[in-house]
Amino acid sequence: MNDVKCECGHVNPHGTVLCEACGKILDEQADKNQLLDMRYEGSARRSQTYNKTIIDKIWNFFSSVKVGVWLIIITLIASALGTIFPQKMYIDQPPEVYYQQEYGTLGKIYYQLGFDDLYSSWWYLLLIAMIGISLVICSLDRVIPLYKALKAQKVTRHEGFLKRQRLFGVNSDAADKDLTLVKEQLQRKRYHIREENGNLLAEKGRFSRWGPYINHIGLIIFLIGTMMRFIPGMYVNENLWVREGETALVPETGEKFYIHNNKFILQTYDKNKDKTFAQALSKAGEVAKNYQSNVVLYEQSGKSLPGEKPKLKKVMDYKIRVNHPLSFDGYSIYQASFRSELSAMTFSLMNKQTNQTYGDVKIDLYNPKETYDLGKGYSVKILNYFPDFEFAKNGEPSTKSRDPNNPAFIFRMYTPDKPKGETSFVAIRQTIEPFGNNTYKMAFRGIDTKNVSGFVVRKDSSMWVIILGGIIFMIGVVQGSYWQHRRIWIQRKSGQVWIAGHTNKNWYGFKREIETVLAGTKLTMPEDQLQAGKNKEEG
Amino acid sequence: MKKRRLVMRTIILLVLCAAVVYTLYANFTKDNHQSVAVGSKAPDFVLTDLEGHKHRLSDYRGQGVFLNFWGTWCPPCKQEMPYINNQYHQFRDKGVQVLAVDIQESPLAVNEFASRYHLDFPIMIDTNKEVMTAYGIDPLPATFLIDKNGKVIKYYTGQLSENLVREFMEKIKP
Repeated sequence: MNDVKCECGHVNPHGTVLCEACGKILDEQADKNQLLDMRYEGSARRSQTYNKTIIDKIWNFFSSVKVGVWLIIITLIASALGTIFPQKMYIDQPPEVYYQQEYGTLGKIYYQLGFDDLYSSWWYLLLIAMIGISLVICSLDRVIPLYKALKAQKVTRHEGFLKRQRLFGVNSDAADKDLTLVKEQLQRKRYHIREENGNLLAEKGRFSRWGPYINHIGLIIFLIGTMMRFIPGMYVNENLWVREGETALVPETGEKFYIHNNKFILQTYDKNKDKTFAQALSKAGEVAKNYQSNVVLYEQSGKSLPGEKPKLKKVMDYKIRVNHPLSFDGYSIYQASFRSELSAMTFSLMNKQTNQTYGDVKIDLYNPKETYDLGKGYSVKILNYFPDFEFAKNGEPSTKSRDPNNPAFIFRMYTPDKPKGETSFVAIRQTIEPFGNNTYKMAFRGIDTKNVSGFVVRKDSSMWVIILGGIIFMIGVVQGSYWQHRRIWIQRKSGQVWIAGHTNKNWYGFKREIETVLAGTKLTMPEDQLQAGKNKEEG
Repeated sequence: MKKRRLVMRTIILLVLCAAVVYTLYANFTKDNHQSVAVGSKAPDFVLTDLEGHKHRLSDYRGQGVFLNFWGTWCPPCKQEMPYINNQYHQFRDKGVQVLAVDIQESPLAVNEFASRYHLDFPIMIDTNKEVMTAYGIDPLPATFLIDKNGKVIKYYTGQLSENLVREFMEKIKP
């Protein structure tokens, strides 16, 4: 594996197709009659030349564009598979039941193959990671030799190199003044001109060759950004429900921030006030105009233990509305949802026969009192409280959860004529008197509700990395698409003047540019050998 | 020259590999919301029990602590509470303390439950779910076994049998 010394004196790495300096064809296998493949300037792609150790083999695998393309295709297919049925996070039933029930056998197979959580599966992440690795290695393996070859290129090129450019033409001779004019016109077109022994190389837009690699750097930064989301504390996305009048710890802030919900407001469009929408509103009915939570943000001053009353310092008041989150310290709290909860129930102690009442009992459903004294010997005791009442399997009254969705009580009513008390079981629209007929009852009077604001707490420290990656990605795209690397060689060979041209894209524009550059001289426009070949075949 | 290339390639591959392994690892541990790992120090907390006594976890250093999170509405909690109570009677003189933390319920409901099942160990209410958050608990019941040095030696979710309770208390007996 020795380096190859070209006849021009330049030493090329093993595997080079075209001498980096003069462009002489070094690879004997290259077809003598075809146009040169100018991709990567015929430089030696290392991967294909060193293949000794296991490291080299892994490197070569990832260096292959073919492998890269296949990885992308496989990932695309996998991503598509994940959209056939809803992913696990979007269903509200146990997945082992849901898929079979909704989609039958196919759904069952889908679940068994683990496609219900496809985008977090190890193999999907591995695919993405392999694309990342392929990007890095492919780029490194091409950009470095390309850079070296472009840097080493000399003005004077080998005959074979010039002849086998796509644009090539021969002039029997040229006056010096013609060449001077061409040079001037090239300069006017902003070409960089290098001269050597009467030969000339005009070049511009070389930096557009780096576009794809800049683009890849952007992609890699983007991938790093998405990877950062897995680092604890970098990415937070949590739900938080806060009742009106309550203070709650903001999750994932390290017990640092608390939020107090003063009031939740739901405004709807009013047919009479918002005249513009009157017609639409009469069709649509109620339409929400604003979801808002008036909150106070607190910061804990000093450290307190969980369970201890924290010492809170007010940071700010804020009205959280949809799309107007409360932002602080990298966190954003969004208005995401709301619900209405029963907060209190009111009953009257009533004589069933006379319908006379002896006072009202208002029960706070989050924290009911044990006894309610109504005076004059009347009192009510709560023996048992079921915030979310149901009959358990054994027939006993019990509660499904701690939330007051369906409150039920066992009351004992003490009155002057029943000093021992009477027991009554009271649930919504239901009264049971377990020990026979009572004289008194707890008559339902009304309910109070309280709104609970649903927030989403978000923090994304990886965002700036993702944005940066995106910007660099776009710079690379623009750099590679809107500029072209154009080169024109004008050389004296055996008493003739040869003109050859190469561009990495937009040959039409390049040819027109050469026309304007040669305008006013006797030099002829070089021929497009690719087109000529095609015409010949067709003709 | 070639040696340098091999070294470069090895380094680049290692860095890429490390990034991939880390990402995969982080992805599979992210669902593990429980923030208190076995072997780590149990987060300290202060809660007041139904009788008005303050309990600070770190005050029980030197004793084993059977820390149980529960709710009156959770059926397995109803099942295991009497077992815990029985074993508490066996072990309280041997240096095992039971702390039962109810999550955000009304004192009335908790009191009623405690007296119905004749529970003797201290029961406290985590009104703002702060202790629950600190321990990163999701399903109830959840039991942490804390040894005499304040270290978590076991985390268990789901219903306990009386044998299991005994076995657990045996484990944390100082």
